[in-house]
Amino acid sequence: MTTPARTLEIRTSPHIVSGYSVDTIMFNVVLALLPTTAFAIYAFGLAALLTLTVAVGSCVLAEQLACRLSDRASTLGDWSVAITGLLYGLTLPPGLPLWMVAVGGFFGVALAKSLFGGLGLNAFNPALVGRAFVQAAFPVAMTSWMPGFTADRFVSVPGSTLTLPLTKPVYDGVTSATPLSLWKFDGQLSEVGDLALGFVGGSTGETCGLLILLGGAYLVARNMMNWRIPVAIFTVVATASASLYALDAERYAPPLFMLFSGGLMLGAVFMATDMVASPMTSLGCLLYGALIGGLVVVIRVWGGMPEGVMYAILIGNAVSPHIDRWIQPRVYGSRVGEPAP
Amino acid sequence: MVDSFPHEETPSTDEFIKGLWRENPVFVQVLGMCPALAVSNTARNALAMGLATLFVLLMSNVVISSLRRFVPKEVRIATYILVIATFVTIVDYVLQAISLDLHKALGAFISLIVVNCLILGRAEAFASKNTAGKSAMDALGMGLGFTAALLSLGAVREILGSGALFGLPLFHDGFQPWVVMILPSGGFFALAGWLLLFNALQERRARLASPAAEPMR
Repeated sequence: MTTPARTLEIRTSPHIVSGYSVDTIMFNVVLALLPTTAFAIYAFGLAALLTLTVAVGSCVLAEQLACRLSDRASTLGDWSVAITGLLYGLTLPPGLPLWMVAVGGFFGVALAKSLFGGLGLNAFNPALVGRAFVQAAFPVAMTSWMPGFTADRFVSVPGSTLTLPLTKPVYDGVTSATPLSLWKFDGQLSEVGDLALGFVGGSTGETCGLLILLGGAYLVARNMMNWRIPVAIFTVVATASASLYALDAERYAPPLFMLFSGGLMLGAVFMATDMVASPMTSLGCLLYGALIGGLVVVIRVWGGMPEGVMYAILIGNAVSPHIDRWIQPRVYGSRVGEPAP
Repeated sequence: MVDSFPHEETPSTDEFIKGLWRENPVFVQVLGMCPALAVSNTARNALAMGLATLFVLLMSNVVISSLRRFVPKEVRIATYILVIATFVTIVDYVLQAISLDLHKALGAFISLIVVNCLILGRAEAFASKNTAGKSAMDALGMGLGFTAALLSLGAVREILGSGALFGLPLFHDGFQPWVVMILPSGGFFALAGWLLLFNALQERRARLASPAAEPMR
């Protein structure tokens, strides 16, 4: 006897499936980060490779341990923790002792992700929380920048990278400065071409702005990233710094310099767009991006630190649930100005 | 914390023991957070703060318990504060006489013992209803529990934050201090760690005591 053909199937929503799931999106973010990662390893050699490996490893280990301790199924397969690790590694200065890398990765995932309940519940971007912890715990090591493109970068590992756990790093070579600290403390501007192509000092993954934009464009083209957030950040940073530059070209940096220096590209494209920690509505995303962009300019121009992208995004993350509460989409069927039925 | 059976039947050792572990003021009741987070940046400060609180708690509990039949209900809180403030003043002067450095390190937090919710809480919840002997046991237990908790916070923060314990360096010169641990945020990290450990242990004990019951999620 054959089973009768089903003519009517009753299911709960969603009825239309896009084919995108958490793992496909996360895997594509990894793909989008590949050019940046490759450039980081090309520019800083073994130091960057080891930093990134340990960063990913410590984040994955923390996630696995948290899943084990809370009796949950392992969530390593959704790639999200791999992205956290990779992004975290890309924000660190090359030559940072590997034990500090591991401490930050572990804290970031454990504090900002696992304790909040895992993926989808983290109020803050775990990669940035990890970086903020390392920055607060080891401020000197986090502001010692190894120069890129040294001749022996593929054959030797800097001594500071291999520092024994709990001990202070000793920098054997000359440490360079980032374009932002050169500008802030020495009043020296870097060439915009060098900034865009990545021939400057800085964190492993933040130097080459063009490759980051390429990865972002890929994600936007595949509709896996909200373009409004980076666009709002870039617009606000560009307008604010352009007006400051117009006021006093001696004191303030030109807008292109502001856009391509420091972690702005990496932060705006890959960190601020964290799907969990950013607002849900389009208008909310624009506001959120504008807030982050404004904070970046304020911290960089008037703050004590040369760079402020990390704190700007973390503050943006903290505000995003409030933005979601203020800006709510109109309930389907209700009229403008009318309370929801 | 209301005991399930009348106070007359509770043995005094239990009044003492409960503050150390089961009803630990910091790790279980989460009381007195202000000094616990603010002055636990070194083990020495934490110990001094804990002992000062222990003394004030013990003396005020005994006095308040002895006066409990004479204090009108309407003015009891004002009376308690007056009694507590008297002993805090004593601690303040004694500490200045013993070590001016320590007094400076603890700063306003010595005077703030007056409004420590742990002390007022014990006066209101325990000393005003129990005999002086029992109140003394309660104060000793709670005070020692508070001191132990502050000391464990201070030890973690000092070891990580300056690589030392009670000012004695524990590591060789190359130690990299975790600056964040001696900053206020380090207090929250250390407290969170200890609370995690305490809750995990309590849950495990509850699970072992009644294997059939599911742990709370």
